[in-house]
Amino acid sequence: MLKHRPTIRDHSAEANLFARRAFVGFVFVLGLVAVLLSNLYTIQVEDHQDYQTRSNDNRIKVIPIAPNRGLIYDRNGVLLAENKPVYNLEVIPEEVDDLDESLDQISKIIAITEQDKQDFLKDIKHTRRFKSQVLKARLDETEVAKFSVNQHKFPGFSIEARLARYYPFGDTLTHALGYVAKLNRKELNQLEQEDRATNYRATHDIGKLGIEKYYEETLHGKVGSQRVEVNNRGRVIRTLSMTQPQPGSDLVLTLDVGLQQIAQHALKDMRGAVVVMDAKDGGVLALYSNPSYDPNLFVHGISSKNYKALLNQDRPLINRTTQGRYAPASTVKPLMAVLALEENIVNESTSMWDPGFFEIRNVEHKWRDWKRWGHGHVDVYKAIEESCDTYFYDAAYRLGITKISDFMARFGYGDLSGIDIHEETTAILPSKEWKEGRFKESWWPGDTISVGIGQGYWTATPIQIANATNILVNRGINHPPHLVQVIKKDSDITQINNEEKPPVILKDPRHWQVSLDAMHNTVQKISGTAHKAFKGTNYDSAGKTGTAQVVSIAQGERYDAESLKERQRDNTIYVGFAPYSDPKIVVSVVLENNHGGIQIARQLMDYYFAANPVNLARNETP
Amino acid sequence: MTALHDKRSIWMRMHLDLPLLIALLIMMAGSIMVVYSASGQESSMMIRHMTRMGGAIVAMIVLAQFSPATLKRLVIPLYCVGLLMLVGVLLFGVSSKGAQRWLNLGVTRFQPAELMKLAVPMMVAWYIGRNNLPPRPLHLIIGFMIVMLPTLLIKEQPDLGTAILIASSGIFVLFLSGLSWRLIGFLSSIVALAAWPFWHYGMHDYQKQRVLTFLDPESDPLGSGYHIIQSKIAIGSGGIEGKGWLLGTQSQLEFLPERHTDFIFSVLSEEFGLFGVCVLLSLYLFIIGRGLYIAVNAQDAFGKLLAGALTLTFFVYVFVNIGMVSGLLPVVGVPLPLISYGGTSMVTLMAGFGIIMSIATDKRMLLK
Repeated sequence: MLKHRPTIRDHSAEANLFARRAFVGFVFVLGLVAVLLSNLYTIQVEDHQDYQTRSNDNRIKVIPIAPNRGLIYDRNGVLLAENKPVYNLEVIPEEVDDLDESLDQISKIIAITEQDKQDFLKDIKHTRRFKSQVLKARLDETEVAKFSVNQHKFPGFSIEARLARYYPFGDTLTHALGYVAKLNRKELNQLEQEDRATNYRATHDIGKLGIEKYYEETLHGKVGSQRVEVNNRGRVIRTLSMTQPQPGSDLVLTLDVGLQQIAQHALKDMRGAVVVMDAKDGGVLALYSNPSYDPNLFVHGISSKNYKALLNQDRPLINRTTQGRYAPASTVKPLMAVLALEENIVNESTSMWDPGFFEIRNVEHKWRDWKRWGHGHVDVYKAIEESCDTYFYDAAYRLGITKISDFMARFGYGDLSGIDIHEETTAILPSKEWKEGRFKESWWPGDTISVGIGQGYWTATPIQIANATNILVNRGINHPPHLVQVIKKDSDITQINNEEKPPVILKDPRHWQVSLDAMHNTVQKISGTAHKAFKGTNYDSAGKTGTAQVVSIAQGERYDAESLKERQRDNTIYVGFAPYSDPKIVVSVVLENNHGGIQIARQLMDYYFAANPVNLARNETP
Repeated sequence: MTALHDKRSIWMRMHLDLPLLIALLIMMAGSIMVVYSASGQESSMMIRHMTRMGGAIVAMIVLAQFSPATLKRLVIPLYCVGLLMLVGVLLFGVSSKGAQRWLNLGVTRFQPAELMKLAVPMMVAWYIGRNNLPPRPLHLIIGFMIVMLPTLLIKEQPDLGTAILIASSGIFVLFLSGLSWRLIGFLSSIVALAAWPFWHYGMHDYQKQRVLTFLDPESDPLGSGYHIIQSKIAIGSGGIEGKGWLLGTQSQLEFLPERHTDFIFSVLSEEFGLFGVCVLLSLYLFIIGRGLYIAVNAQDAFGKLLAGALTLTFFVYVFVNIGMVSGLLPVVGVPLPLISYGGTSMVTLMAGFGIIMSIATDKRMLLK
């Protein structure tokens, strides 16, 4: 190594040099500290608010709390839709020592399917280990009891309850009540558009059909929230504040579950619909469509097997009371008579000869009466009582479609009845404009003839038929049908006063009486079409029968029920009301390819007056 | 004057510098408070922390007893042993967290890099101090090689933070020895030019990621940017007065990563605010000022250079750590000196202060 001999060292010069360098170093240090401080000043003072907010966003989470859904009662206070706790077996993986072993052990106590197990194991992979995961949903009471006894052996396993909708009457009320089921993506988007999504942050289910859907906002309530402090893994450290959810309002319906059960029982395996209305206010006492199905199947998500079973040719998913389109048939005759009287086409004393058919000059077609040999001399009363077709072919032909169509529209035909469920169709009230719009064809006078007996292009829903009859029995006063009577929130009771629609005013109000009397005779006179079925009642009822061809019978052929296939037989309809002098209820029954509606109407009325004897008007004038 | 001299003599005889000692003890007391908060009030961790502090103080007192003359004799063996151990680490070291820094000595694991933090500035100071200042080019080149050899070995482990600290400690010696400004300017431009190939060939992926994240932390808020974002939220939400001791939500609820080690400054800023930060920085400035004062008054070139370099390196810790947690610098693993939890670095730092005290008291003994 080359040794360099140092020259004599100038210690003071070196000390000065070093002191200068140390000074420069210190100045440098001060400069860098100033840089640090100015940066910290920016972060801590100038941007403090921003970071403060982000710090709170980090630690404060708002956990929504679902409100309890309002309950639904029938008019007598019977609970129709309630919230029942469902019990789920849940596991906090973090607290379980040996998960596989515990799963094996628990399977010996509670049946856990391989699917449940696989789903659970998949779920826990995607969530934090301290978060509770469902192992098995909806335990029954035995399983809950079995687990409770053994709970000490399963640390980390627990049973959690949450409220779920339950319909104790099952399929008896499905088409009226509808049901709730899991809120889906589409509904969530809809809620977002309407700015209601925040209210559903904790909600699992939403009304899908019927009352549950129509009154969703009323029933749902207001979401509550809990502000909690969480750590970086999302574990809740403490609750900072809490806003209680506001439960939804309860609904009291106009329905009477007893009538509903009568209807269900009476219809058995027939396809059809029953509507019972309170004649005084339009409240719907019964709204039953057969076949029905259990709405509870949908609440927890229906299995595809169960769902497929509902897609059969009897179409149980259709609400026949409001969506079923049937020819109203002879049930329109009383209204047609009122119109004919109003328009001076007929009067109380005139009569005509019925040879059993109606024909127009120069037209080869014959419009047949249901009675092949005819009714003979027929006046307006007899025409209704015996349901003479020829009389109304003639009346309709002379009235013309426009007058019929305008008049019938005032009774709600061809329009939504306004009942408080969304599943409803307008059906078809034919008119010139309608035919041109629908078929691009003009209306032929011949088209009007079958409209006179409620057939041809004319279709109506059972609720429309009941509603039109209700307007008739109230002599023009129009109380549209509705299902909800009262909205209850705590002690706050809101009576739903359904607004009346504009009444139908006749030139001569005596014309109402003609049709009402004729309907009374239909039941009370031996020759009346509904006489037999209503024999011996302790109430005085009136009504009108109807029969509608499902397939057209060729000219010169006879209708023979036996030889026709089941689906090709006539539909039968009955509308009735009672008591005659002061109507309290209106009933409409429609049966597809079947008969017996009159007997069903009687059962309903029997039940109603047995349950409400005050409504029996004893001192009636016949 | 004599009375004053006598009064100080106790400390002189113990080879301790009283102002420096007081400042260091205040820092340690502060460290206990902040680590207590950052650890989530975990007592076992506190016991370990305080034990290591005790060890660090003992290391300082022991080192202070060696006279600079003795230290000079130990320089070459220390440096050589350190270098050998660094090679050993690369060949037989124990890995942890993706880096190979530990040497297993059977009884305990040891980081040779810590030894080099002291050995490198000592070696350079000794070598440069042997000759007249300012050093001649040959001495500069050799001095530079003394620095770069261990630095490159440590960078290979890889441990960029320590490599930077060791390189700066050596370079500070050269700077303080009177390296000409012209040369400083020239070398700075070389470094700037070398940055490009260094980025491409000299850095590990995770180091590059840190730099990229540093440039734009919000680009990867849940990945590597998370640390910096959470740290800035902690600092910023502390405001002027802070949230209060033990009340920092970012740290107590564990949003802040590495909160008792590298990111402890964020805990302090969150709980004590800008006010606490100013107190901390004032203490650091006092310690640095005192260290440089001792360096200026040191007996010989070796003492001056060594005390000055150790003091300035101490500041590098401060600057790199605070700069990194507040988003000024990329994240490199450098603890906040004297505050962070973590034994080895505190022992090394305090040993360094022991050497500074040895230098401080040596001069006075001679004056007597």
